[in-house]
Amino acid sequence: MSAIEATGLACSRGDSRLFRDISFSLAPGEWLAVRGANGSGKTTLLRCVAGLTRLDCGEVKWNGKPVREVASDFRAAMLYAGHAPGIKDELTAAENLRDALALRGTRPDDAVIDDALKAVGLEKHRRIPARRLSAGQRRRIGMARLTLDSASCWILDEPLAALDSQGESMFAGLLATHLQRGGCALIATHHDIGATPPREVRLTP
Amino acid sequence: MSGFAWAFARDLRLAWRHPGETLMVVAFFVLVASLFPLGVGAEPQLLRRIGSGVIWVCALLAAFLSLSSLFASDYLDGTLEQMVLSPRPMIGWTSGKIAAHWAATGLPLTLLSPLLALQYGLDADTVAILALGLALGTPLLSLLGAACSALTLGARGGGVLLALLALPLFVPVLIFGAGAAEAQASGLSAAPHLSLLGAGLIVGAMALPPAACAAIRIALD
Repeated sequence: MSAIEATGLACSRGDSRLFRDISFSLAPGEWLAVRGANGSGKTTLLRCVAGLTRLDCGEVKWNGKPVREVASDFRAAMLYAGHAPGIKDELTAAENLRDALALRGTRPDDAVIDDALKAVGLEKHRRIPARRLSAGQRRRIGMARLTLDSASCWILDEPLAALDSQGESMFAGLLATHLQRGGCALIATHHDIGATPPREVRLTP
Repeated sequence: MSGFAWAFARDLRLAWRHPGETLMVVAFFVLVASLFPLGVGAEPQLLRRIGSGVIWVCALLAAFLSLSSLFASDYLDGTLEQMVLSPRPMIGWTSGKIAAHWAATGLPLTLLSPLLALQYGLDADTVAILALGLALGTPLLSLLGAACSALTLGARGGGVLLALLALPLFVPVLIFGAGAAEAQASGLSAAPHLSLLGAGLIVGAMALPPAACAAIRIALD
C-alpha cells in the first residue's frame, strides 16, 4: 500500500495556473523528486501536500485515507521544512532544535541534542545565538532535526540550498537511512541526491 | 507540554533575551504620559480631571506599538508554518502567544500605572480602580490586537493597516476603562464599567483566538 498518494492536484495563483493534473504515489522507502524551473510551482506543490496552501482540486491521501479526515495523524507523521528554516536568531542552535522538537511533541535530553548537533558538525556553535550562524549552518540545524524527529514522511523544499559538498553527502546519508527505515520523502531539488533513484514529478511553467 | 505552554514559554524567553521591545513599550508609556502635564499646564485640578483618561490612552497606544511584531517575526522566519503544521491544535499556541504578549507588555503597563497616576494627583481609590481597569482591559487589547495583527500578516503597508484596523476596535475598551476610573473619581460606582470590561474580556478570550487562527491560515495560504 502506498503511504502517500495524490491524484489530480491543481493549484493556481491569482489568474495564473501553476500546475494541474499532478498525480503520484509513494510507498514506504520511496522518495519523490519534484523538479522544474524556477517559478514552476515546486514550493506551492509541496505546500499543497503539506496542507498549508489550498488546492483548486485533487486529493491527497495518507495511508489510504483523505488527509482532511486524518489531519492530525498526518501532521504528526509529516515533517515540513520550507525555504525559511524556522530558526530564531535570538536563540542558540541547541535551543532552536529543542523548541522545534518540542513543538512536534518530542523532548529529548540535552545529551541527545548535543550529540545530534555534533553529528552535523555544529558542536562548537551550539551555545551561540543563531544570528551568528551562516545559512549553511542553519541548514545543518534542520538536518539535526531530521535525525531526531520520528516523522515518517519528509516534505523538504530545497534542502541542499546553501550546504557545502560535505553537507550534501551528509544529507544523502540521512535520506538513505530514512528510506531504509520505511519512511518516504517529497523533495523539491535541482540536485541529484545519491540515494535510491527517486520517482519524479516534473513541473512545467 | 501543550501548545499553549510551549508558545508562552518560548515567547517569554524571547522577550527576556531581547528586552528592547518591552522596554520601548514601557518607555513610550512613561514618556507620553509625562508629556501631557508639560503641554496642558501643571494645574492640579486639571491634571486630576484628565489623569485617568490620559493614562488609558497612553497605555492603549503603547500596547498598540508592540502588536506589529506579534506574529510577523514568526511569519518571516518560518516558525509560523511549523506551528500551523504541528500535530497540536492551532488554538493552543495562538492563545499562548497572545498571553505571552500580554505578560510582556500589558502587565508591565498595568504595574506602572499607579506610579504615573500619582504624578497626576489621583487619589488612592481612583488609582486602584485605574489599575484594576487596566488589568482587565490590557489582555483584551492584546486579544483584539492579535486578531488584527494576524489579519495584516504579509500585507504591504501592514503597519498603517494595523492602526486602521485595531485602533477603532480599542475604542470600547478605552471608554469603559477610563469610564471606571472617572466614575470612581466623581463618587459613583465603578462596578458597571469593570463588569463590562470583564464581560468583554471573557467574550474576547473565547472568540478572538479562533479568529486569529483563521487569519493566520489565510496569510499562509
